[in-house]
This record gives sequence, structure tokens and C-alpha cells, in this order.
Amino acid sequence: MAHADSKPPAGHPIDPAGRTVLSGNEIGRCLRRIAHEILEHNKGADDLVLLGIPSRGVELAQRLAVILSEVEGCGPIPVGALDITMHRDDLRSQPTRAPMRTLIPECGIDDKVVVLVDDVLYSGRSIRAALDALVDLGRPKAVRLAVLIDRGHRELPIRADHVGKNLPTSHSEKVQVRLAGFDGVPDVVRIAGGDER
Amino acid sequence: MTKHLISSADLTRADVEAILDTAASMHDVQRREVKKLPTLRGRTIINFFFEDSTRTRSSFEIAGKWMSADTINLSAKGSSTSKGESLRDSVQTINAMAVDALVIRHNQSGACQQVAGWVNASVINAGDGTHEHPTQALLDAYTLRSRIGELDGKHVVIVGDLTHSRVFRSNVITLMTLGARVTVVAPPTLMPSGIGSWSATDGFATSWDFDEVLSGEDRPDAVMMLRVQRERMSGGYFPTPREYTVGYGLTRPRLATLLQRNPDVLVMHPGPMNRGLEISADAADAPSSVILDQVSSGLAVRMAVLYHLLAGEGSAA
Repeated sequence: MAHADSKPPAGHPIDPAGRTVLSGNEIGRCLRRIAHEILEHNKGADDLVLLGIPSRGVELAQRLAVILSEVEGCGPIPVGALDITMHRDDLRSQPTRAPMRTLIPECGIDDKVVVLVDDVLYSGRSIRAALDALVDLGRPKAVRLAVLIDRGHRELPIRADHVGKNLPTSHSEKVQVRLAGFDGVPDVVRIAGGDER
Repeated sequence: MTKHLISSADLTRADVEAILDTAASMHDVQRREVKKLPTLRGRTIINFFFEDSTRTRSSFEIAGKWMSADTINLSAKGSSTSKGESLRDSVQTINAMAVDALVIRHNQSGACQQVAGWVNASVINAGDGTHEHPTQALLDAYTLRSRIGELDGKHVVIVGDLTHSRVFRSNVITLMTLGARVTVVAPPTLMPSGIGSWSATDGFATSWDFDEVLSGEDRPDAVMMLRVQRERMSGGYFPTPREYTVGYGLTRPRLATLLQRNPDVLVMHPGPMNRGLEISADAADAPSSVILDQVSSGLAVRMAVLYHLLAGEGSAA
């Protein structure tokens, strides 16, 4: 059933009114620092499993996995995807959309250190849904959270263990993450809208 | 997405693709140890079956339960219908209990359409008379797509009792929505009278000669055999069962012809099969047969349908 995975990525145009907060190089540096933090915290790469939250979390997780195995000089780090659509608490407030595939590496997640990877941490509700989705898939030894951007405004008692950049924002602003693999444009993080002008 | 699913024509191509993509994820859930999603928690789904069914009813029930909805099964036998209550009174009684979805199978064509006008709940057609069976068409499309990829330009041949087949009607609509070409084959007595209006559509053809279609220029990517519905026949459609098999059954020689022309051809049947009548045991059990895949796809597709009809914005209740 390759058809669901081989769909062309749904790239979105960039709002020209915004300003850049992270360039492609800076994103790369953030990911390398996060990788070192993960290794330091975990005392090596043993038992690590990276799970990206679709859509862009999956690409970030894959990139992190590559950096991790380079830095540690070990074999490939298991990486997968965890779709949270069916666990969201706001399903009733928007039209339904087809969930992405959840792909769990062959080693499973039981007794592993699962690092959830997402692009932007905002209300924390996606992570709540991801934690619920994880429960049905197994029992990890520990679950950690790595995000590229933490924009604040948490609505649940959730925090990230590894953050690429803390970005103070207002609710009316939009944080746009674009990644080469998923969006087909050069890596960039931009902020648009809000009261700035 | 629509509120009700009465006819396959209610679904646009985007709708069908969303359902099939969702079904692929649901298929993964089916293979897990914990087969449960919280998506429809607190919703109530009634399966009201006025006609016998094994696979459709059980798969709707399991699909609802795996999505965390409360599902309740009712059948005509053992409900007030057997005391003479009308369809309208029965479904309005159920509707008064604030249910979110009614999955209905009925022996009268158009029953689901009528019910949809009487209730607030979402109505899902699980087969109405000789009219339509949209979730069967979706699961057939899903089975095909997971085996042979996108259906654009693919050639599907549907053979058998077209007059009495709701599966055929829904399948033609869904397959053509997805861009496939469909040839339907039946003896003249079992070709529906109104089929002329469909014949004008691009990519749709009819034939009375199965062998001609099998050996024709346009080689089939899949052949779907339909059940000869003895319960809907009051005789006179074909002289003897043997004669039907000779003309329209998927026999061993016909299977050999098919495989010779396309080794990857798929053999489908919505079940239950009459082995030896419309399909030989060789064909039903051949490696090309995806008949059991159709059953397991049924669960995933019905979970996907319940999700898209009940989970989103503006859904019933």
C-alpha cells in the first residue's frame, strides 16, 4: 500500500508579509544542538526511538536520526511517524481530513526512550493527543519531546525537553515552518501577521 | 463530506480519496494489539437490519466499536417490526433516543433515502433492495487500489446478475468517480432496463458475451463476479444454473485465459459466493483472488466512513 505514502507533499505558499526568524543554516544548527542534547541526556543512543508528528515533525525526526547516528557513530536510529488525527480534541470544530499513516519502527516502542518530534509547540494539545496515541501502541521507558519552535501560549501542563528556538509570539501571529523535503522550498521559519507592521 | 451516505453518487472524487486514504490508516490499527481509537467516544450508532447479513452488519458493529462509539444492533425479526410497526415509526422511535447514526439495510430500494427525511441522525446505506450498497463499492475500490495502485484508466469487468445487484450499481459509480473504465457483462435477461442512460458515459460499456470481453483488446485489470441472487429471482432469467455457468461463470478455462493475458489480474466477489455457479472453486481460491481481502478491507473502510460522517464539523447530533 505505497499509495498513501507516495502522495506528493502538500506544499504551502509562504506569506510574503512575514519576516524570517530562522534561516536554513540556523535550522540545521538547531537540529544538531538538539541531537547533542538528546545524546547527552540519554547517555548515548541506546534504546532511542524518534517519532515525528505529521506532517513536518516526520521530516525533522528523520533529519535528527541521521545527525544522531553521525554524531554517535552508531547504526541507524529507529525513526517513525505518529499520527494524532484520531486523538485530537478539536475534531468537531473543523472538517474531517484523512489521517496520515502511523509508522512504528520494527523494534517497537516497549521499554524504549521515545522522542516525539514536532515543528511548533503551541497550545500543547497536539502533544496531549500524541501521548494518548502512544498509550495504545506500547509502553515506552520514557517519552521526551523535541520541537523546533516553542511559541508559548500553553493550554496544558506540557513542556518540551529540547527546543530549537523559543519564539515569543502573540496569538494573532502565524509561525510558518517550511522544510525542503515536505514543502519543496528551502528550509525556513517565518513569522507573519499579528500587530507588527 | 455529506451528512448521509445513501448513494455512491453522494461522494465526490475528493471524498472517496479521503475515505480510502483514511482506510489505509485504519488498516494499520486493525493489525495492532490495541484496536481502539477514541475518535467517536460518546456517539451512538444503531445498525438496523431489515434483511439478513453477516459481513456487513458485523463489520459495521466492529468498526463502530473500534472507533469507541456505542453500537447497537437491531433486526426486523425480534423488533417491533414483527408486530407490524411501520418503517417510519420504527426509525422515528430510534431517532427519539438521540442516536448519531443509523446504518440501515432494507429490502426496498429507496428505503434509506426515505429514512433520511424522517430523522436527525446520519443515515448510512448498508444495502437497500436492488438500489445501492455504497460502502461495499468503497471497500472494493480500496482493495483494488491497495493491489494495483491508482485506478485512473484501469479496466474493471463486472459480471453477473446486474438487474438485482446493488453492489454493481454502487461499484460502477465509485469506480468511474476514481477514473476507472468499467465493462459490465450479463445475459440479456439480467441486464437492467435503464442501463442505456449509462452506456452513453465515457469509459462505460456493456456486453452479453463474457468470452468476447475476456479476449477483447482492452484486457481486464480486475474481474468482479456477482452472486446469482436466488432470493430475488422468481424464475425465468436463465434456463438452468448449468447454462448460466457455461455462459457467465468464471470457470477454470476462463481464469486461464485471463491469467494468460494479464498475470496480475484480480478476481473479486462481494460474497457470499455460490461456488460452482458464478465462480469456480479454482478461481475463488486462486492466488489472484482477493475475496478475503475484500472482507478485511470492509472493516477499515467502514471505520473511515464513520469517521468522515460523524467526527467532523457540522456532523449530526
